[in-house]
Amino acid sequence: MMETLEQYSILLVYSAMAIYALAFISFALDLAKRSSQIKADEVAAAPAELVGAFVSGRSGVTDAPVVASTGAAGASGVDAGPKRSVTLRIGVALTVIGFLLQLVGVVLRGIAAERVPWANMYEFSITGTLLIMGVFLVVLMRQDLRFLGTFITGLVLILLGVSTVNYYVAVVPLPPALDSAWLVIHVFVASLGTAFFALGGALSGIQLLQNRRETAKGSKFLNFRLLDTLPDSVRLENLAYRINIVGFVFWTFTLIAGAVWAERAWGRYWGWDTKEVWTFIIWVIYAGYIHARATKGWRGSRSAWLALIGFAAVLFNFGVVNVFFKGLHAYSGL
Amino acid sequence: MSRPSDHYDSPSPAPESAREAGSASITQPKLGVVGWLRWFWRQLSSMRTALFLLLLLALAAVPGSLVPQRSSDPNGVTQYFVDNPTLAPILDSVQMFAVYSSVWFSSIYLLLFISLVGCVIPRTKHHFDALRSAPPKTPARLNRLGGFITRQYAFAEPVEAGPSTGSGNERNAGSAAILESARSILKKSGYRVRTYQDARSTSVSAERGYARETGNLVFHTALVGILITVGIGGGFGYAGQRVVVEGQTFVNTLLAFDSFNPGRFFSDDTLTPFTLRLDEFDATYETQNLDAFGQPIDYTAHVTTSEDGDEADGEVKVNSPLKIGGSDVYLLGNGYAPTLTVKNADGTVVFTDSVPFLPQDANLTSLGVVKITDGLPEQVGMIGFFYPTQDVSSTGAYFSSFPEAEYPVVTLNVYTGDLGLNEGVPTSVYSLATDKMTQLTGGQTGVDSIELKPGETAQLPNGMGSVTLDGIKRFASFDIHRDPTQLWVLVFAILVLGGLLTSLFIPRRRVWVKLVENAEGTGVTLEYAGLARGDDPRLDDAVAELADKHIASLPSAQAATPSPEITGAKTPDDA
Ligand code: HEM
Repeated sequence: MMETLEQYSILLVYSAMAIYALAFISFALDLAKRSSQIKADEVAAAPAELVGAFVSGRSGVTDAPVVASTGAAGASGVDAGPKRSVTLRIGVALTVIGFLLQLVGVVLRGIAAERVPWANMYEFSITGTLLIMGVFLVVLMRQDLRFLGTFITGLVLILLGVSTVNYYVAVVPLPPALDSAWLVIHVFVASLGTAFFALGGALSGIQLLQNRRETAKGSKFLNFRLLDTLPDSVRLENLAYRINIVGFVFWTFTLIAGAVWAERAWGRYWGWDTKEVWTFIIWVIYAGYIHARATKGWRGSRSAWLALIGFAAVLFNFGVVNVFFKGLHAYSGL
Repeated sequence: MSRPSDHYDSPSPAPESAREAGSASITQPKLGVVGWLRWFWRQLSSMRTALFLLLLLALAAVPGSLVPQRSSDPNGVTQYFVDNPTLAPILDSVQMFAVYSSVWFSSIYLLLFISLVGCVIPRTKHHFDALRSAPPKTPARLNRLGGFITRQYAFAEPVEAGPSTGSGNERNAGSAAILESARSILKKSGYRVRTYQDARSTSVSAERGYARETGNLVFHTALVGILITVGIGGGFGYAGQRVVVEGQTFVNTLLAFDSFNPGRFFSDDTLTPFTLRLDEFDATYETQNLDAFGQPIDYTAHVTTSEDGDEADGEVKVNSPLKIGGSDVYLLGNGYAPTLTVKNADGTVVFTDSVPFLPQDANLTSLGVVKITDGLPEQVGMIGFFYPTQDVSSTGAYFSSFPEAEYPVVTLNVYTGDLGLNEGVPTSVYSLATDKMTQLTGGQTGVDSIELKPGETAQLPNGMGSVTLDGIKRFASFDIHRDPTQLWVLVFAILVLGGLLTSLFIPRRRVWVKLVENAEGTGVTLEYAGLARGDDPRLDDAVAELADKHIASLPSAQAATPSPEITGAKTPDDA
């Protein structure tokens, strides 16, 4: 029984991957289409800005109305906001389907193991990517970040691919050191934080490209036309900031919960174990990012770089420290 | 807000030009020592310095994860010296094996915290003042501010405009009611409000979200709290380790520890006298799931403790320490301790003890050492292997195939010669220096290792005597630990989190409602605008909501006239 559940679980994860791959293609097609359509829409976009500004009736000092800044989409005008591209809608629909499949897969894994499904590298990966997708979809309900679809589905596909191929392990029980309520809390919140950092990092990355386009108009280097269809760099920066600070709060909690657990399990709350060191480094980098946004001369691109460095450290902590570094947190289960 | 002058929200011209002037006139003699100190202090407590130090701290923490640290992995350090004989001493000279207590790492975080204090103190003072002062005067022009909206409101019947003194000081009753309504709405939503009046208009100025700054200050102050308690707490506590074999009793005194790390301010008399006997150690291993066969499921040390004469049964598990006498007892490790008895040729017992063997692999193949100093013709050392469930590989080597003692076997290699115990150099009980000794069994000697199952006796070589394996016991290694400030660290950590949440998610904003009577006295123009103080994604919405709520609160049905009294005219941005 347990084995079959386990097999269903991996089968569902594979199916989710296939669906994500299709979603990735749809999102990529949408981006391609944006680049090619933009010429045609440039004319239409100009009046749309006026309409948008009039209707919103406010002086968007910091946040330009979305309608105005999304150019091509804004052309459709006043009522429904951005027009929905069909490929984009398919992309989102597929992502939702993939997410549901993966969700069931992860839950089955938990049932098969009779514990939470986040206790080794493979399980961290399936749960972590599930959360990345979940956070992405939830944020989509409030903000139109569908242009990140390619990045998010791509990232999740790579992570799932690497972990199913390299890290797959059969269900095994928890070693005594992991058998604690803190596993449930600490690891889950860490994964949640990671999901927000992933989204924030993506936004910061696009912000950097966008900024380059805005400041170096005319230069060909990294000047993708489709950037014209995306929000401007100030708006991207604000979005990235809001998402990254949520990630930061979760990370702060992870750090504290980890210390409490370490105290229970190892008799000291902090011992500069490799994993602790990296959690700390990530925390400090993001604290730096938040500071940078409040420091003259560091807003904009410089702080965005810090967000990217922070996310790189998160990936490093997960993919490299877990697997190759030695320390007390030798729980990769490999 | 008395933030550092290079905070992006600070008014820029003054400090900016001051700095310019400062750098241009760097040779100015009148700066003086005090001037320089002040300048230095301002630099140290600037946002830029804080940012720089934060990033430096992150960077400086990296090497400690690449190179083993004495504090967390002393054996790793020893091994590193063996593997990298040239590099290791160089790294050692720059404290790479003790990064987190090194001079350079400490200087970074101390500077950072000095900067933090320098930043927080003036802000706290300023915030206290701000908490007690009224919202600032309404700006003359609201239309450049966030979420600017205007609405027209027509009185039911034309009212006499104030006496045409031109001052507009006299508000008519209708206007006063409108203003009062705005005031009370704002007050109810947690704003602090103040009414202002100028030549053309009357207005309500409101501010909310002081908790944002409070949270920020709590956050930063709590960080200092953590640093101080960790620094001091480490000083008063201690941590000691001790291996206890089933049946043995540990007495909480300095001498009873195998290793002991006292804090700086530790004194012996803080060790509360208690005893702890290991009655039984239970280990459960997986046997059903073949993918995890032999994996540990649970470790439990059943103990009897005694404190002030009160005996009590207790349990120590991984993730579940035992509290006793103000200390915590943690279960760190476990293994097997074969009980060996050695007799000399006359049959006199010269050694009998349960010797803890250190586990070498997941199936608890274990390595132990027996040292017999007296009673035999020569000093004898034995290196033993213990296999809880002995198995033989295709090459004939022994290994353990399961961690439980299903088929336990001990093998012993016997050495004679100088044990090196008389040189006054402390030696580990878990290792044997064989360089001054002669091997008699096992290895290259051509004589088989001694092999014993429980209850068996074997003869030592050269007729020296015999060795018996009386039985197998388990041992547990405990970490005994006291940190009196631990709770405070937790309290500060919670304050950090609470401060962070408040500071990041409570919007601090100012909003204004301005009322301008039209010349005819038939109505008023209402202006609404806001100003974000810090990140505030909802500012525009909040202003719009305020406007809607305010208009809705006004007595629209006041007039029986059919004409629309309220027009939510929307003016395009004229900026
Ligand atoms: C241990 C070092 C520090 C850490 C970990 C740290 C962390 C943070 C974090 C996480 C925030 C955002 C949350 C909040 O506003 O409470 C923040 C904000 C802030 N910090 Fe620090 N900080 C440190 C040192 C400093 C220092 C030395 C200064 C003064 C130069 C400073 C000044 C500020 C200011 C002014 C803000 C508000 C930023 C804003 O307006 O958005 N911090 N800090």
